[in-house]
This record gives sequence, structure tokens and C-alpha cells, in this order.
Amino acid sequence: MTREEGGYFHSVRLDLDKCKGCTNCIKRCPVEAIRVREGKAQIMQERCIDCGECVRVCPNHAKYVVTDGLERLQDFRYRVALPAPAFYGQFRPDVPPGGVLAALLKAGFDGVFEVAVAAEAVTLAIRAYLERGMPRTARPLISSACPAVIRLMQVRFPSLLGHIIPVETPMEIAARLAKEEKAREWGVTPREIGAFFVAPCAAKVTAAKQPEGSPVSSVDGVLSMSAMYAEVLRRLPDVDLSAELHRSSGMGIGWGSAGGEGRAVGTGTVLAVDGIHNVVTVLEEVERGTLADVDFIEAQACVGGCIGGPLAVQNPFISRVRMRRLVEEYGGRAPGAGEAEVRRRFRQGFFDMVRPIAPRPVLRLDEDVTRAIRKMDRLEKTLARLPGLDCGACGSPTCRALAEDIVREKAFETDCIFQLREHLEELAERMVQLTRIVPPALSRERAPGGGGSGDPERRD
Amino acid sequence: MAEELVLEFEVGGLDFAAVGEASGGVKRALQQVGMGASVVRRAAVCAFEVETNIVIHATRGVVRARISPERVVVEAEDEGPGIRDLELAMREGYSTAPAYIREMGFGAGMGFANMRRCSDSMEVSSEVGKGTRVRLVIEVGKP
Ligand code: SF4
Ligand code: SF4
Repeated sequence: MTREEGGYFHSVRLDLDKCKGCTNCIKRCPVEAIRVREGKAQIMQERCIDCGECVRVCPNHAKYVVTDGLERLQDFRYRVALPAPAFYGQFRPDVPPGGVLAALLKAGFDGVFEVAVAAEAVTLAIRAYLERGMPRTARPLISSACPAVIRLMQVRFPSLLGHIIPVETPMEIAARLAKEEKAREWGVTPREIGAFFVAPCAAKVTAAKQPEGSPVSSVDGVLSMSAMYAEVLRRLPDVDLSAELHRSSGMGIGWGSAGGEGRAVGTGTVLAVDGIHNVVTVLEEVERGTLADVDFIEAQACVGGCIGGPLAVQNPFISRVRMRRLVEEYGGRAPGAGEAEVRRRFRQGFFDMVRPIAPRPVLRLDEDVTRAIRKMDRLEKTLARLPGLDCGACGSPTCRALAEDIVREKAFETDCIFQLREHLEELAERMVQLTRIVPPALSRERAPGGGGSGDPERRD
Repeated sequence: MAEELVLEFEVGGLDFAAVGEASGGVKRALQQVGMGASVVRRAAVCAFEVETNIVIHATRGVVRARISPERVVVEAEDEGPGIRDLELAMREGYSTAPAYIREMGFGAGMGFANMRRCSDSMEVSSEVGKGTRVRLVIEVGKP
């Protein structure tokens, strides 16, 4: 998988054969990136934020997430698995994290490194960042952990990008730490090690293939959590469930479900919001400046957090209970990441995002403001003629979106069935009128209903 | 002005459910027009404040955005009680909003302060028993 030619890499794809053009997906997309044209959905590549809403909502399973297959493991001499904290919550209560890790080892990995441990390091780094930067930076600060939220902000909330905490995500930090640690342990170079993230979602795949805060990601492959769930299940009978492989504490495991990150960071007023549409409403408030009393926002695109990711298997409400129990069980442990060490490396910039997250102004109608204003004017006038029912029958999510598509020359006003009906009505009337027209060569008597002047009725 | 786009939103008094529609509309339009993030944000805040003012204090009103490449003007006109003491009303933290509205988190008396902070010029005129007009200008060139 590489970046698509000149475009933006997307992990959310469409299976044209399965798509029935039912328009279920167009309504759920938070950035109005889907249209149905000629009976099939289309994802507007430049807009999509890979949140996976459409994957979840499609009744025909036509939307899917591309991940790497296990055969990618062959590309590396040594491989390490990086399970997302939410992965632990997928299994029955009698399967401890250590057992999950042991099973992963049997599935073709030479080592495991828990993303939960990296999440602990990131927690400590965020605390260090907050202590340092709090008074000067924009408030409230927004977590960088959910890549779908970051991409949402690039498209819809560019003015808030400066609020994002420029600390790298647990996934990224896990890959870096894992390579360092295993290279030392195995006496090999980090380049020989492939780091494979076990992902709950499409957005993480995109973040690994096309990172925002750093030019390249240390993650070499992204495996689907649901695929790895099956791999682990298959091997569980053969593993020692009490294997001493698990290091993370409740602090890091908690990151796997909504609210956990905020609880871990634990300083100041924390607002935790989950579900992409809820995130939109909270970010709108931030934009209005009404949340100045909040210090830190943990925002996750999926309902329930990563346990609700589109690649998760378990019902998120059930895994939430499971996650909560794990957090309690390992809550008393010292974090797997050492505080002094994290602080030292934080000062050295190990956790920093090295480049600012840039806006993606894909919503604008034209590069040129004057022309865009003119188009906006046309858009409003077009919209005024549409029925305002937002029925979606035209294949655009709302009447406004159709008006926008018309202005962008991607649709016609007659794509609206109501507009079409009106046009047909006019056309029918016109046809009736046309039938009354008598060709000049015919006699006056034969003209149906024709009277008065000899001239045929001509209207236009 | 040739290149001016005028958007108009009707706002009903006490229609709290609809709060955010006008400002949301203004924001979306400005993003689509390609205004910079700061202009979008400032105009959205201005629109939101005039919009909530109408909802809280007036019987009905209209929020208008005049968009041109050089500036965004946010205007509001309402029918309502008007403002008795403009100077007092502009003071930060001063509000005549009744308790039940404050409980909803509105009417904290920051409206005019926010408008002033986010606009390059602000004009308010009011007639007691008739209504209030607000005009806020956001210059595109300025940060
Ligand atoms: S992944 Fe999200 S943003 Fe992309 S098309 Fe689907 S719903 Fe829209
Ligand atoms: S909440 Fe978690 S699973 Fe969902 S998109 Fe964000 S990072 Fe992925």
C-alpha cells in the first residue's frame, strides 16, 4: 500500500459490486464526502477523513477498510506486534492481557510491545507538556490521539489546529520504542524490525501510511484488529495464559475506551467526547470560545472510543465493562513507562510532533475568493429552488450539498426528483401547446380548436 | 459593491433549539468561500453572539452576513425591548438575562465583549421598545 498517485491515501474503500446505491451512507458522513451516482456510492477522496462511519452504517458491507495482510510480515527479518489497548477488551474476562500477547507471539511475531505502555509514556509526556505550555497555548487543548478527529479538524475546524497537543500518538511512540527496545534485546538494527500495529480502525491505517505530525511513520504495517482477533482466538488453547508478558498498567489500558485518556492525564478540567457527530458539536463550541474553562479535550471519533472502532469485533458496551475491569485490576501497578525517563526524553523532543498539522481546505468552492463568492451566490440561489427536504434521492446528502454539487458542476438541478417533476410538468404543458400548432400548409378547418386568426399560435 | 454575497437568517426569540443555525451557516459559507481560518472563526463568533442575543432578548430578528473579498460584515436587527443603557450593556459580565436563561449557560454578559474582541469595528444602536441593531465588521486582511 502506498500513497495513491498524487492524491491522499485512504483506508476506507468501496466495493462497487456490493454497493446497491441505497444512500444510507451519504447521510452519516460527517464531512459530506459521499455521493451516489449512477446507482453506486462514490467517496470524494479529497474530503474523506477515514472515520469509518460509512463502514459501520452500510447494510450491504460495501464499504471496507484496507489493512495489511499477515504476509507483509515476510518483508522483515524480525517483527514485533503492537496491539492497541482496545484489543485486550475484545476477549472473554478469563483471557488476561498476558495471554493475548502470548497468542500474538505464536501468530508469527518475534516480539510484542504493548501500545498501552506507549500510552503511559504519552500520558506522562502530555503532563510534562501541559506543565510547560499551559499558560501560553490556546485553550482548551485537544488530544492528538484519534487520527479521524485530527483529519476532521483539518477539513472542518482549521482554526482549531493550534489547539492540538503536539505530542505524538501512542501508536507512533509504540513503534519507536518497540524498535529501540527489541533492537537492543536482539542485537539487531532497528531497520531489520517491522513494527505491526493491531488497529481498531481505518483512521489509524491512514495515520500510519500518511502521518500528519511526522514526515514518516515508524509503523511498518497495520493489521486489522478483527483479523488478529481470529488469529489470537485460534492460538489461545495452546498458550500459557499466565505468561509474564504484560507490563502495562491501568493508566495505559484505559486509553482503549472513551474517557480513559483524560482520566490518565488527570490534570485540570477534562472533557471527554466520543462519537464523531458529538465531536463536531463540541468543536463548534470550542470555536465559539464557550469552553474556555476546559483545559483538555479528549475527543474520539468512535462511540465508546477505540473499543467502538470499525475494526473491533466485540460489542463496545460489553468490551467497556471488560476494559473497566482491566483498568481496575492493573490500576495499582506502576506504569510500564518510567516517569524520569519519559521526562528526560520529552525534553529531548522524542515525543514531539515535528511538523504542524496543516488545514485541508477542501470545502472551498474556488481557489479564488472572488470567484468562490460568486459560486456561493449561485449556490444559495440554486438552493432556494430546491425543496429543502434533504431526501437524498438525488444522491447528495442534503439539498445544500446538491446545490454545491451543481455549482461545482458535478450534478444537475434535474437530479432532484422534485425539480425534474416540475420540469416534466412544464414540458407536458408545452407539448399540449405544441399539439395545437397547425402547420401553415393545412387548412383552417382541420385545425383542432383553431379559430380566430389564420396564424398558428406561436408562443415561446 | 459588485462581489458581495448576502446571507440572511431569521432567528426567533427564545428559540434555543435553533441557536447555532445562523452562525453555523455563516461559518460554512465562509469556509466554502475560502476565507482564512481566523476570519472564519471571528465571523462565526460574531454571528453566534448576535444570534444568541436575539434568542435571549428579542421577539424575533434577522442575522445577515455580507461577504466580500475584503471584509465580512455581520449584522443583526431585532424586534424586541431594545437596550435601555447601552454603555452598561457593553460592560463585560453585565447581563439582563433572567436567571433561567443563565442556568442554560447563556447570557453570561460576555456577548458584546466577544463581539468587540472578534470584530474590527462594532456599531450598536437601540431603541427602547422597538429593537436593536448591531453591525460588526471583520476585515479580511487583518489577523
Ligand atoms: S470514512 Fe468517514 S469521512 Fe470517509 S466517506 Fe466514510 S463516513 Fe465519510
Ligand atoms: S476513536 Fe479510536 S478507533 Fe475510533 S477512529 Fe479514533 S482512534 Fe480509531
